[in-house]
Amino acid sequence: MTATADKPAAEVVDTVTLTIDGTEVTVPKGTLIIRAAEQVGIEIPRFCDHPALKPAGACRQCLVDVASPAGPEGKLRAFPKPQASCTMTVTEGMVVNTQHTSEEADRAQKGVMELLLINHPLDCPVCDKGGECPLQNQAMSHGRPESRFVDVKRVFEKPLALSSEILLDRERCVLCQRCTRFSKEIAGDAFIDLQNRGAQQQIGTFDEDVLDFDGYRPVGAATVDEAGKAFSSYYSGNTVQICPVGALTSAAYRFRSRPFDLVSSPSISEHDSSGSAIRIDHRRGKILRRLAENDPVVNEDWISDKDRFAFAWQNLSDRLTRPLVRKDGELVEASWPEALAAAAAGIKAQTTGDDARGAAVLAGGRVTLEDAYAYQKLARVVLGTNDVDARARTASDEEQAFLGAQVAGTGLGVTFGELEKAPTVVLVGFEPEDEGGVVFLRLRKSLGRQQVVAVAPFLSRGSEKLGATLVPAAPGREAAVLADLPADVREALAQPGAVIVLGERAAEAPGAFAAAQDLASSTGARVAWIPRRAGERGAVEAGALPGLLPGGRAVSVKAARDAVAAAWGVDALPSAKGRDTAGIVKAAAEGTIGALVVGGVSASDLTGDVAAALESAGFVVSLEVRRSEIAEAADVVLPVAPPSEKPGTFVNWEGRLRAFATAIRTDAMSDHRVLDLLAREWGVELGTGTVEAVNAELAALGAAEAAHRPAAAKVKAPARNPRPKKGAAVLATWHQLVDEGALQDGEPYLAGTGRVAVARMSAATAASLGDAVSVEVSTEAGAVELPLVVTEGMVDGVVWVPVKSPGSWVARDLRAAAGAVVSVKGAA
Amino acid sequence: MTDLVPVLSATWGSEQSWSLDTYTDAGGYAPLKKALGMEPGDLIQAVKDSGLRGRGGAGFPTGMKWGFLPPDDGGPRYLVVNADESEPGTCKDIPTMMSAPHALIEGVIITSFAIGCNHAFIYLRGEVVHVYRRLLQAVREAYEAGHLGKDIHGSGFDLDVTVHAGAGAYICGEETALLDSLEGRRGQPRLKPPFPAVAGLYARPTVVNNVESVASVPAIVDKGVEWFTAMGTERSKGMGLFSLSGHVTRPGQYEAPLGITLRELLELAGGIREGHELKFWTPGGSSTPIFTQDHLDTPLDYESVGAAGSMLGTRALQLFDDTTCVVRAVTRWTEFYKHESCGKCTPCREGTYWLTQILKRIEAGRGTEADIQQLLDTCDSIAGRSFCALGDGATSSIISSVKLFREEYEAHVEQGGCPFDHSAAALFDYSDTPATEEAHA
Repeated sequence: MTATADKPAAEVVDTVTLTIDGTEVTVPKGTLIIRAAEQVGIEIPRFCDHPALKPAGACRQCLVDVASPAGPEGKLRAFPKPQASCTMTVTEGMVVNTQHTSEEADRAQKGVMELLLINHPLDCPVCDKGGECPLQNQAMSHGRPESRFVDVKRVFEKPLALSSEILLDRERCVLCQRCTRFSKEIAGDAFIDLQNRGAQQQIGTFDEDVLDFDGYRPVGAATVDEAGKAFSSYYSGNTVQICPVGALTSAAYRFRSRPFDLVSSPSISEHDSSGSAIRIDHRRGKILRRLAENDPVVNEDWISDKDRFAFAWQNLSDRLTRPLVRKDGELVEASWPEALAAAAAGIKAQTTGDDARGAAVLAGGRVTLEDAYAYQKLARVVLGTNDVDARARTASDEEQAFLGAQVAGTGLGVTFGELEKAPTVVLVGFEPEDEGGVVFLRLRKSLGRQQVVAVAPFLSRGSEKLGATLVPAAPGREAAVLADLPADVREALAQPGAVIVLGERAAEAPGAFAAAQDLASSTGARVAWIPRRAGERGAVEAGALPGLLPGGRAVSVKAARDAVAAAWGVDALPSAKGRDTAGIVKAAAEGTIGALVVGGVSASDLTGDVAAALESAGFVVSLEVRRSEIAEAADVVLPVAPPSEKPGTFVNWEGRLRAFATAIRTDAMSDHRVLDLLAREWGVELGTGTVEAVNAELAALGAAEAAHRPAAAKVKAPARNPRPKKGAAVLATWHQLVDEGALQDGEPYLAGTGRVAVARMSAATAASLGDAVSVEVSTEAGAVELPLVVTEGMVDGVVWVPVKSPGSWVARDLRAAAGAVVSVKGAA
Repeated sequence: MTDLVPVLSATWGSEQSWSLDTYTDAGGYAPLKKALGMEPGDLIQAVKDSGLRGRGGAGFPTGMKWGFLPPDDGGPRYLVVNADESEPGTCKDIPTMMSAPHALIEGVIITSFAIGCNHAFIYLRGEVVHVYRRLLQAVREAYEAGHLGKDIHGSGFDLDVTVHAGAGAYICGEETALLDSLEGRRGQPRLKPPFPAVAGLYARPTVVNNVESVASVPAIVDKGVEWFTAMGTERSKGMGLFSLSGHVTRPGQYEAPLGITLRELLELAGGIREGHELKFWTPGGSSTPIFTQDHLDTPLDYESVGAAGSMLGTRALQLFDDTTCVVRAVTRWTEFYKHESCGKCTPCREGTYWLTQILKRIEAGRGTEADIQQLLDTCDSIAGRSFCALGDGATSSIISSVKLFREEYEAHVEQGGCPFDHSAAALFDYSDTPATEEAHA
């Protein structure tokens, strides 16, 4: 758990020694001149060059003089004309003279600069890029003070909306092709391309009328990609960041701010388990935008659009700033001492005395490692219960045992780098594009070099972009499918470095963890668990699961309990088996839980009857950033800080600690600090007042020894495919990356790029509904009706709908999870 | 006096010169049978020994290009014929394919046999639909006659030929842009390396040859290396088509040994338009620096033309007499380059856009002295800086014309207009109507 750097790789590389501006430099063979120059601190100006993209040689700004040894005597021979340093690789003995030492190179660069500017508008004062623009900077430092161009500039209609979020001002574009190369090479969503030629060449979009959307139409206005599919890229924001001019802007940031007014703070994204490095740019306490930070071992240069654009949620009008206490049925503002006292009194009233009922803690999967630690410690030390769970989703005991035995306290497991290099990756209950954020980009980086196998009900477009092959599995049947994988997949898994990825939905498939582990031990493949939410791995490490104590210790093992009790300075820890999220909601609804402490949970994510649980629980304390549904029903609401306003640590799926500092200083407190204050009402020093204190405790506890870990759960995989009757189907469902999750509230431009909700079925299953254009999926609890998209190769008898997209809130409306049998009805 | 040597053009005057029968009656497809009896390596060596140099403009030795292909790895390798002839003035390949398409097809078959290619492509300029039809028909005839297809004439050699019509872009004459276009992508030049010989069409070893180069191969096979090397100069062997156009009495194709002079060619073509004198000319198309009367005796071979400051190029001799305004001619050429710039790289895309505006201003009499220097400065920012050689070509006529006719540029500036009578230069009825706005920038 302590490793923070990627494992060292001992590789011998061939090197080449050359001279750049008189400085000798030795670099690996195959290095481009422009990169070699960077290594000795010589910056060659460039626009089209980007280290993560293939060389283009289009802008010609990086021209340098090159001479290399030639002939039998190796006499230096100069190239007759300046060479693009972004496309030429170094050779032994090469002599490069950049603009600093070669008049010719300097003249060439100045000439290109002048040409780049002739058609570029002089609108820097109103351009978003102004102040951080490579073209502007270059023009200021190397350009002519006055333009010699007196003729007519090329103009275009502006802006061209590529999606609801991404806008293109073509007249500013220098046609470096970074955006088109990114979309083709990195994201695999070629939604824009060069069109026309000469000075009229422009970045343009594909024709929606000619091509077809294939069920991937985004919610908002958008263009289509070269395959005719809607541009609903989850990574499009990266094009804005790498645009070397102000041609690409985001609707969210356009005309909002000047870069020199912004304060930049490094941080970690709270949106998924990748722990992507981001930069938060804020002004007077308000976040204006977020950018990708380069982190070579995690997200490299990229982040998802959700990481980039979804930050408005924390500053909406429903933001909580003062504690609330229910008085005469109304929530009214109260002071912190009053609210803490009221919270403690309310809980105590429910948990003591003759008709005492238990207390339970729901922590949600979005909190930091420190917060998760505080929640479980509060539960176990103050409330005396193991009823604590951070998994606000379908969870299983089998998963918990796996997490305790294989994940918690194991430190850095499979890394991003290893996943990228893996010859074979088998995905179980995991859609990289929808549920993995930048994991998808890492896998795509190995397109053509890596065999990806998706164990899924159908081959999603994301999997298609990874060149994945489908091993069809009806939801819930994954274990049996894993046990009976095709021989070639088994063989591929036996290659060194192969990885089996289990997603959060593996918990929906009985026996999947055992099957994956069996497969791993028989093939030698490694297993990686990639949950969806940012706080999941941290919660596992912190022990915020009913059966797990910090470091992977099993509650059921007395020695483990005693060890933790000793470290915490308490006599004993509760030994009764704790309930998971669903169990807690159910128990509360049945009236057996008296007090609930809830932090960071959206009621609509749970299939249980949350309203009934809140109603039946005698007392509810809610720790929230915003007035959520649960906060509204609570008796005491304690406001907590969103990630940008507090320090903390996310543990990403690799097991890498992703610590971040406070970006914006406010008086909002972290959950762990609020819980520390709350515990004092019982006279208990929880010791979670600061991040440092929590981490010191976690470090002192360390990881569990093998004997203290949970034993694998014995789960029987369902023996055969469910055969739904006519008018019924097995539900398949997962979250699309951009959907209606609470952390994406308040960002309509991003929402517009999310995919429209559709119901997917195989041709045969769809045919059984007659001539349907839409499908009503229903359970006893309710129904959703969505347009039907017949999906090739999909498992028969299965219907897929998104978990929480517009018009499709599965947990809330159907109260069902994947694997459930639902009614389906066609509608014309 | 050098005589004409009709080889490719030998049958052009025959009745139905494009038909297989005409071609066969004149001895066509006999070289193919001879070649099929030879070792491919010997064929390559023969072409190397002949000194045949690429007739598409650059003059790279054809045999050497074939020799660059890596050893056979069992996978496919391709011959792609560059028939995207599009440069102003250049008009040799299109007449060849129009009048004797079988000369090209026979050359394709022999070349493919030599380099081990089983699928050859002819990438034709899209606008010349009539030539496209001729080629399609000729390929069909060749299949029917057993010159193409499986086991050609019992040799065990298979070859398919695909004729592909481009969409009309000058850039697709650049070999790597041609390959991208042929693959169905946007026609823009590729980064080199890898060169087409290593990773060309569909990333396989590929030879890209000009129409005339390929069509010259059967004659070399037929008549022998000595016959070929007997023609031409020391390093520019053989014959070539010289395309005379403009103010010349009998414009057209003159097939002659390399090294012939314009003076000799003019004698054969009846001289400059009656009553006028040669003012300037292009030796190799609009992308080559212009020449004047001083170069009438420059041998038209690669070395001599190069030494005189221009390029042999595609031997497209556009001749302009004393009625022609050089600024006007250069402006038209530059408009072509602006229109045809593919847009990939900054210098060519922006530079030609700018040059056109300056030239139009000067031509209209709205230029300044500084504009002339600006022309040269802008050319300096393009030449040698662009991604492919087409950017360089755009500047050749400007730089050379300012050098040779600077006073004419200055006259436009001083007089506030063009000193020439445009109708006098025209070869047809012409009046100076106000220029219509350009629809397509």
